[in-house]
Amino acid sequence: MVHMEYYLIVSTIMMFAGIYGFLTRRNLLAMLISVELILNSVDINFAVFNRFLFPGQLEGFFFSLFAIGVSAAETAVAIAIIINIYRNMKNIQVRNLDKMKW
Amino acid sequence: MDYSGIFTYMYSEIALIGVIVAALLYDLAAGEKGRRFFHHAVCVLMLLFIAGTVVPYHKETAGIFGGMYIYSPVGSIVKSILAIGTLIVFLQAEPWLRREDTRFKRGEFYVLVLSTLLGMDFMISAGHFMMFFLGLELASVPMACLVAFDKYKGNSAEAGAKYILSALFASGLMLYGISFLYGTTGTLYFEDMPAGLTGSPLQILSLVFFFVGLGFKLSLVPFHLWTADTYQGAPTAVTSYLSVISKGAAAFALMVILVKVFAPMTEYWQLMLYIVIVLSITVANIFAIRQKNLKRFLAFSSISQAGYIMLAVISGTPYGMTSLIFYVLVYMAANLAAFGVIGTIEQHTHGKVSMDDYNGLYSTNPKLAVTMTLALFSLAGIPPFAGFFSKFFIFAAAFEEGFHVLVFIALINTVISLYYYLLVVKAMFINRNDSPVATFRSDGSTRLGLVLCLAGVLALGIVSSIFDGINLYAFGM
Repeated sequence: MVHMEYYLIVSTIMMFAGIYGFLTRRNLLAMLISVELILNSVDINFAVFNRFLFPGQLEGFFFSLFAIGVSAAETAVAIAIIINIYRNMKNIQVRNLDKMKW
Repeated sequence: MDYSGIFTYMYSEIALIGVIVAALLYDLAAGEKGRRFFHHAVCVLMLLFIAGTVVPYHKETAGIFGGMYIYSPVGSIVKSILAIGTLIVFLQAEPWLRREDTRFKRGEFYVLVLSTLLGMDFMISAGHFMMFFLGLELASVPMACLVAFDKYKGNSAEAGAKYILSALFASGLMLYGISFLYGTTGTLYFEDMPAGLTGSPLQILSLVFFFVGLGFKLSLVPFHLWTADTYQGAPTAVTSYLSVISKGAAAFALMVILVKVFAPMTEYWQLMLYIVIVLSITVANIFAIRQKNLKRFLAFSSISQAGYIMLAVISGTPYGMTSLIFYVLVYMAANLAAFGVIGTIEQHTHGKVSMDDYNGLYSTNPKLAVTMTLALFSLAGIPPFAGFFSKFFIFAAAFEEGFHVLVFIALINTVISLYYYLLVVKAMFINRNDSPVATFRSDGSTRLGLVLCLAGVLALGIVSSIFDGINLYAFGM
């Protein structure tokens, strides 16, 4: 059986890849994908903790399911806003979002 | 399973869902003619809702759905305060919603605002981290839609993008923290978790990650970078809602969770809050001095106010809880008054929100200038107004728990904040202007909202029974 640590290593890598991507990407869609990486790593964490540490209950699985649903709703709103930005500015580069600064 | 508790204890949420459905159906069913009375219909509905839920029905704390939802009298008080604030926001948003370019989507505005209010209610009475997370997201996803409400304005879209991406990032970090809390304690119920908390390094890490999610909502300093841009770009009604209602709910939820769930780790979160408070108050004050746009200016002012609210959280006592709720109430009155004035001037001058535009406002619109002045005095904490008393209670709560240096730093910052609040007053009363804002008469709805806020600013501090009334319920937290 695959040990729990391997799953946690994967989820940690995903988490910090997501943070790195969020801070370095210069395109709104790429930033959104990075955030999705973070949220997915959380889902893995919950499922793994539930499966290996507390196999008698279902709390972690339920939390993963709800987190997936909520993150889908958030992504839908984020994409709608990004489309709106594209309509207003004709591109979705972060450096163009500087009308309000300081 | 027994479902009778739903209507006994969840009455506030059920009633709010009723209001949301009614607003949605009204938007669908009423024709062009009926929609002229949309504003009145929604305000009457909200008034009925507030009248029905303003006083807590039950004196005891009770959990339903196996403890996922916890009814507490003090939470019920906070909910009614937030509902009153929402009603005032509706009143002040009316002239903006009646405009040609927003009239057709006013129904969306009401439904979205009420949905966020519902999310905050669930967040306030959550007894389980999943419930809390769902409430938080229900409060922040429609909020992003509201921030990007002016579809054809680049600023609004930009503000929306900044808000939703930061919100997603913050909630991702928060969930990561919660996942480790689950891994180390094996439960997600608020009641059972303290037994498993030992203060191990992993749990400290998850505490910090968890704090990010609410720190973002409260716009405390390391997580405040979205605040100024979002406040500036969002429509003014949404900004006022964002700065008061969502902040009050998050502050209350944060205090409940830190005091109840993280009780075994008190020394860690007190140290963390200590640093965050000093940073929030100081950095926000320094940045506020150099702002020229009034909405940005109030954004930084609200960051520093959030820092003051955290003084009540750090005390962790029932007295601190009372002063937190009282502070939110007073802050709501003052901030909604300030944003109401900014909003109505913006409507009548085609978008003037710069501080220079306010030069000589007193000569043309003396009533608005005086309202703004009183609101700013209350925000700064000048004695006869409510803001002084709320600050006093909050400082007392933190002082009693031994945070003497912290209170001293906050006091110094109050003096600094007085400087920049008075900059606006100086612009309105003293600075000369060849072409000041023309004299105008704002509509009845806005005036009613402003009068309500002004009454709050003047009366809340002097009528001591309000503080005592809240104190009566805060014993159990």
